[in-house]
Amino acid sequence: MKTASKDLTAVSMVKAALEKAHHYQPDYHIFTWINDAAIKKAEEIDRRIAAGEKVGRLAGVPYALKDNFLTPEGETTASARILEGFESPVTATAVKKLEAEGAIMIGRTNLDAFAHGSSTENSYYGPTKNSKDLTRVAGGSSGGSAVAVALGIVPFATGTDTGGSIRQPASFNGVFGFKPTYGTISRYGVVAMASSLDCVGFFAENTDDMDLLMMICAGQDSYDLTTLPDYYGKEQVFDDPVKKIAVVKDFDNEAISPEIRAALKAEAEELRANGHEVIELEMPALKYALAAYYIITPAEIASNLSRHDGIRYGFRSEDSGDLTALYQNTRGEGFMSENKRRIMIGNFVLSSGFYDAYYLKAAKARTLLIQEFDKAFRECDFLLMPVSPNPAFRLGEKVNDPVAMYLEDVLSVSLNLAGLPGLSVPVGETEAGLPVGLQLVGPRRGDRELIRFGGEIHKNSAAGSTERHADIMGGKD
Amino acid sequence: MGQPSIVSQMSEKVNSRSGKSYLPTIGIECHVQLSTKTKLFSEVDNDARGKSPNSCVSPVDYGLPGMLPRLNKEAAYYAVRAGLALNAKINLESRFDRKHYFYPDLPKGYQITQMFHPIIGEGFVELPDGTKIRIEHAHLEEDAGKLSHENGYSLVDLNRAGTPLVEIVSQPDIHSAEHARDYCKELWRLMTYAEVTFGDLYNGNMRFDVNISVAEEGATELGTRAEVKNLNSFRSVERAAKYEIERQIKLIENGEAVKQETRGWSDASGETTAQRSKEMAQDYRYMPEPDVPPVRLSKEVVEVERAKLPKMPADYRELFGGLIATDTLEVLLDYPLLMQKLAEVADNSGTGAVKIANLFSSVLLAEENASLLNDELPSREQLLKLVEMLEENQLSSTGGKEVFLKFFDPEMHYKNTETIAKELGVVQENDLAALEAIVDSMLAKPETKKAQDDYRAGQEKVLGFLVGQVMKESRGKANPSSVQEILRKKLQ
Repeated sequence: MKTASKDLTAVSMVKAALEKAHHYQPDYHIFTWINDAAIKKAEEIDRRIAAGEKVGRLAGVPYALKDNFLTPEGETTASARILEGFESPVTATAVKKLEAEGAIMIGRTNLDAFAHGSSTENSYYGPTKNSKDLTRVAGGSSGGSAVAVALGIVPFATGTDTGGSIRQPASFNGVFGFKPTYGTISRYGVVAMASSLDCVGFFAENTDDMDLLMMICAGQDSYDLTTLPDYYGKEQVFDDPVKKIAVVKDFDNEAISPEIRAALKAEAEELRANGHEVIELEMPALKYALAAYYIITPAEIASNLSRHDGIRYGFRSEDSGDLTALYQNTRGEGFMSENKRRIMIGNFVLSSGFYDAYYLKAAKARTLLIQEFDKAFRECDFLLMPVSPNPAFRLGEKVNDPVAMYLEDVLSVSLNLAGLPGLSVPVGETEAGLPVGLQLVGPRRGDRELIRFGGEIHKNSAAGSTERHADIMGGKD
Repeated sequence: MGQPSIVSQMSEKVNSRSGKSYLPTIGIECHVQLSTKTKLFSEVDNDARGKSPNSCVSPVDYGLPGMLPRLNKEAAYYAVRAGLALNAKINLESRFDRKHYFYPDLPKGYQITQMFHPIIGEGFVELPDGTKIRIEHAHLEEDAGKLSHENGYSLVDLNRAGTPLVEIVSQPDIHSAEHARDYCKELWRLMTYAEVTFGDLYNGNMRFDVNISVAEEGATELGTRAEVKNLNSFRSVERAAKYEIERQIKLIENGEAVKQETRGWSDASGETTAQRSKEMAQDYRYMPEPDVPPVRLSKEVVEVERAKLPKMPADYRELFGGLIATDTLEVLLDYPLLMQKLAEVADNSGTGAVKIANLFSSVLLAEENASLLNDELPSREQLLKLVEMLEENQLSSTGGKEVFLKFFDPEMHYKNTETIAKELGVVQENDLAALEAIVDSMLAKPETKKAQDDYRAGQEKVLGFLVGQVMKESRGKANPSSVQEILRKKLQ
């Protein structure tokens, strides 16, 4: 991506981004807040460039921040009413690292409240629209960030992925979306959804940018005890250009839309044609992933959301006569229905007498799943699978049918349970012009090689060839 | 209360008025606040004494969104030391869990504790009378904040939120209120000796939850238990246990059931009252803490902490048992620094340590000298010299006490024992010639004439009067037994 220089000022880059943000905001509802003061930071970068001072690897690059990252700039709302008015005194580690390299946040992006959802329809501030079709969902929960990149407002945006919240909106909008190995990027300062699954990741226009963002943000953080020792960029890579890719057979059925299955088959052929080995693999434990996910995740959600009690920060109900009323009304009015649904499921599966039957069983299923992935990666370098069963669906189509909405996550959640990296690669479009993405999955800590190979897949795909065509025509710089 | 208790002193079985015999069974959970520099999961000051409310609170303790706990290694090391003091197995791998409930003193809506894999395994505590109370386990957890209620408002102070606690859970091995008290006291000693807590009970550094049930003698099952929560003195533990035992026996005798419930204790009324029944009990929805990986300790760390442990009460009992009177020793054991000092003296002089122990208990622990306990203790050299002078009759026991007290005098404490004794003028005159001269001058005084005659006439008891006169003449420096001897010779 372009960075500021003597020939290209940070101010011009940030100004352009802000103009686009304001231009698209009324129709698409991408942002919960647009940071017009970003210009000031751009001026500072330009001053330093003019003075010949050293600037970072992202000097003057405007970016969009999913509104569940804490920074003192603007309110951190997580698109939830209960965080209304919350101004954070601290800055998330990932944000610190980006800004240390000169990146400039031009706005906070919309999400499903507390990242609970697959469409960004569960936002207290209203849904974000799909970048290709205003009648369709952006995907979620990081919908705002995906659309901000897809519409070219910013070259990259942050996201969080607990069950597909980066990869699915990336595929719905035709951009790259990467969920790293669990523990690669610090979660410090990111509003928690489910702590043992949450990952910070990015939306980007290409894999080179994605690699750069990972180089900058990956790394152990003493403020997050679950971060892994530094590995990104340190591993031995690129030793063998020929890869063995496994296509998971278990998803080749009518639950997945024909166009997406066709895209997967076409991509497998393309890989073979390019000299890679493609095999088929059965992964029977995958069928337990969604059930396990919708037990473990709500349990952690219920726990993590307990702190929102109206006592110390955020929203407090007017109607809080005594302590019980304060709790009930604050949480009753402050959470969205989907938040409440997950809190109730979570508290149910953790309650005494049910813990063994649900939570413990789900934890066992999770272990099985991890073992099955380990086995798979002894047989192949990468797994290739769809990101979601369908392309972007219509606004309102599933929002009142929680189970249908949960089924959207059937292909993505297994990676979170196993802590694996996954890259959503734009590969083409449906007949109706909706983007289709495929998900490339690698072993733990195989993130960098995964990103590199994702770039190769993209280049050879229909989406890649369209771009090549546009390049020749001079449509894209 | 007021009436004579039906619970007889230290006996295990309790006879009711109807003549039936009951056995109380007591288990105790004790929360010990660790005196680490920082909190369990954040880097703010753990010592909030004298600080304004909410001034020792990190974003983690405040429960800000997105904040993650950072484990304070020091707290784990303290827990290891606490475990060793409890003669317990140290679990080299332990884990944290979340315990959920809503209350304004609990910012995250859950407490991070160790439900399933505690850091300290089975151990035992030996009471002064030799009774062994088994420890089921002990675990690390964070303390909650504090609420106060003023003018219709409830105020939250989070200074204490996140303070590391070790919760010590005993087996139900205790069968009397007195043993309950002794157990708590012994725990307090062990924890203060191990230097893992300030041990200030008044400020809640140690708090006790006492589970009590009674069953008729010979019953195969324990009775239903009630839990008296949040006791913060040994006396209230004893009184509450005694009250509960009586209350439960009365209920059983009246054919009523004891309810499983949480009860509160009032020192003022001397009664326990129901707070929360089992049906109302919270479901804590425990789950593994996903933000804190398992704690892994090396065997070396355990040995390092073991080496840090000073002599413990049991060591002192072994060292001084039979030398120092048990009552005196048990009182002194409440003061680890005094015991350390005694051990230092004992290294050179066993009999000297006994003498110093008596000075500690009769002078230092006398009510009027309570403030001295906060002062610096005399040095080993000062005490050893004091012992020597006492043993060589250079000091009378009264003189010894005077010198001992001056060790705490800001003007004198840096001087050596001899100098202090001389300045006080309490060094005993043991020079016989000098003593004879004093005796002679006293006998020459007309006012002693009658006493001399009486003694010669066989009235033995006037000798005391004459000795007294000599002592007065010598301004207390004379050794009274030497004076007596000289007098007897002279008045033959």
